Amino acid sequence: MSFRAKHLLGIEHLAPDEITALLDLADQYVDLNRRDVKHSEVLAGLTQINMFFENSTRTQASFELAGKRLGMDVMSMAMQASSVKKGETLIDTALTLNAMHPDLLVVRHPHSGAVNLLAEKVNCAVLNAGDGRHEHPTQALLDALTIRRAKGRLHRLSVAICGDIAHSRVARSNILLLGKMENRVRLVGPATLMPSGIAEFGVEVFEDMREGLEDVDVVMMLRLQKERMDGGFIPSEREYYHRYGLDPEKLSFAKDDAIVMHPGPMNRGVEIDGTLADDINRSVIQEQVEMGVAVRMAAMELLVRARRSSPREVLA
Amino acid sequence: MLLFTNARLIDPDTGRDESGALLVENGQIKELFYGGNPDLGVKTYDCGGNCLAPGIVDIGVKVCEPGERHKESFRTAGLAAAAGGVTTMVTRPDTIPTVDTPETLEFAKARGAEMSVVRIAQMASLTKARAGREMVEMGFLKDAGAVAFSDGDNVVADTKVLGRAMTYARSLGALVMGHPQEANMSNGAAVTSGKFASLRGLPGVSTMAERMGLERDLALVEMTGVAYHADQISCAAALPALRRAKDAGLDVTAGVSIHHLTLNALDVGDYRTFFKVKPPLRDEDDRLAMVEAVAEGLIDIICSMHTPQDEESKRLPFEEAASGAVGLETVLPAAMRLYHAGALDMPTLWRAMSLNPAQRLGLPGGRLGEGDPADLVLFDPDAPFVLDRWSLKSKSKNTPFDGQRLQGRVLKTYVGGREVYSL
Repeated sequence: MSFRAKHLLGIEHLAPDEITALLDLADQYVDLNRRDVKHSEVLAGLTQINMFFENSTRTQASFELAGKRLGMDVMSMAMQASSVKKGETLIDTALTLNAMHPDLLVVRHPHSGAVNLLAEKVNCAVLNAGDGRHEHPTQALLDALTIRRAKGRLHRLSVAICGDIAHSRVARSNILLLGKMENRVRLVGPATLMPSGIAEFGVEVFEDMREGLEDVDVVMMLRLQKERMDGGFIPSEREYYHRYGLDPEKLSFAKDDAIVMHPGPMNRGVEIDGTLADDINRSVIQEQVEMGVAVRMAAMELLVRARRSSPREVLA
Repeated sequence: MLLFTNARLIDPDTGRDESGALLVENGQIKELFYGGNPDLGVKTYDCGGNCLAPGIVDIGVKVCEPGERHKESFRTAGLAAAAGGVTTMVTRPDTIPTVDTPETLEFAKARGAEMSVVRIAQMASLTKARAGREMVEMGFLKDAGAVAFSDGDNVVADTKVLGRAMTYARSLGALVMGHPQEANMSNGAAVTSGKFASLRGLPGVSTMAERMGLERDLALVEMTGVAYHADQISCAAALPALRRAKDAGLDVTAGVSIHHLTLNALDVGDYRTFFKVKPPLRDEDDRLAMVEAVAEGLIDIICSMHTPQDEESKRLPFEEAASGAVGLETVLPAAMRLYHAGALDMPTLWRAMSLNPAQRLGLPGGRLGEGDPADLVLFDPDAPFVLDRWSLKSKSKNTPFDGQRLQGRVLKTYVGGREVYSL
């Protein structure tokens, strides 16, 4: 077993062979999830707690389902409505839950690095479900699995990531993962939505969408994070759609068999044309959701196994 | 009378770094003997070849009294200063409440005189409650002993207010200390923008914000003629403006914190909040430019920017965590890094840590001159140790040097000839 990580906090600390091992296992879970009886006992008896300090329906549902399909007892906590409001610190909340002996903590938090901080304080595996603008590792892994299944490989592909790169943890995790697996990454978007220091990321940056999409294998759209906007990043939604919204005309610059991805939830008519998003010949957006459950199952199993094989932790 | 023999005397005023002896009488330096150890028949102390230098004058120490005595008090700050070779703490007014009236200044002064083993010089705020709207009673405060006026790291964003306060300060001959920063740009920033900030997903600010803040302040200095000290310059982008102002003969000096001279942005690593300071740590190129600027005298003063924070305010996600690091006890060993790296020699370091700050504030000493107060630090520049933050005398333990290998230990500290610390 080549997966060694104790926590899944980001793609940054994963090695290419760990990524491959995880995707291989996820492939098996895709098969399981397509059967009538979608259940495994591989993590039976273990406890998973989901702590979402930021609203999320889709991701939380995906993690919940993944844990249940592996036989775990799963509890989801809406942290926004709980003790955080009463002034309890993040660490105290974590320690409280830690005392209940969970085996896996799935955490989403609005601040970058908050999940790293929490992981230092608990003695179970922590899975980052998105922290601020930092990382969203399972999203990048599910995107990778989707690409690998659609394209037959996960290397030497040209991938364009388009839109609000600056505020996107999905973009960061994908840039890291695709780079580690030796793909060409292009970032496309207005200069105001590019993060600082982007020239040093080992990517190509395009402000013109048609140039950026030229001959790419994969077009990855990002949600325009309206709630993250302080205002003043783009003049208007309609100008953004005109210049950076993905429509058939702009997509025609990509390879004929290029796939279209979106992490959801979509703003139809803002960053992507609604008809295109539903085009089953081009869009793999629904597959992404399906891969999400499988990738999360694989990640959870590998994290638990890595802990079990650790010499410092003796499990009954 | 006490004769320090067999010492490596470091005098920033004459630029000498030579062995010799130093005679102290009645709390003052009576005489220096370079090259020999005279037999005067008085009590002697053999320094064993260690360095004897003027005590550090540290501009910008936050004592947290009044208001946050759980973080630091005059007693603990004084002990920390003594252990770090700091003989004068120039305290910041950003307390709760702000030191913005003669009454609060008198309170802080009385507490300091009673509790601290080292000397204290007080700064007062420039505007009431550091809110950037109305100027403080500068005349009263100056009469009560305020050595400079500063709103700490609150930038006076309203240029008209700052201009008037500077004009008024100029008429009193008071020193204004600014925090060069463009307030809107740096609002909400936790680190310096760039690749590292983007990888960590942390909100960053460009070094241009510091340059803009400095350019504005210096234009106002040119307009008003006030004496101005920039508390911290931390990036190469700000240096041309500083050089222009000095070349034009404006009454301008600049400081840099020891952290910006010895650490860089990458030290934050995986969200280590003890490395969150204001302004944020910069790239290595900027750090090297700051060291160079101190070497050539463009930057005049090195300070510790001692900012105690309790455990709770640092055990938070990076963006939410408080800024600042304690520095009184680490400024000397950290400075020794620069010495051992061959970047700065001893007289240059002590010019920036003792002589220049004393002269800028009109305080006596900061050098080994006959008749100067015997504020001295005896230290071994080579002694290695690993810093354990729990061994600090400060009430707060938020040092970025925790667990790091350092060289340079303070052996003894004297204030007015009286020993206030001994290892």
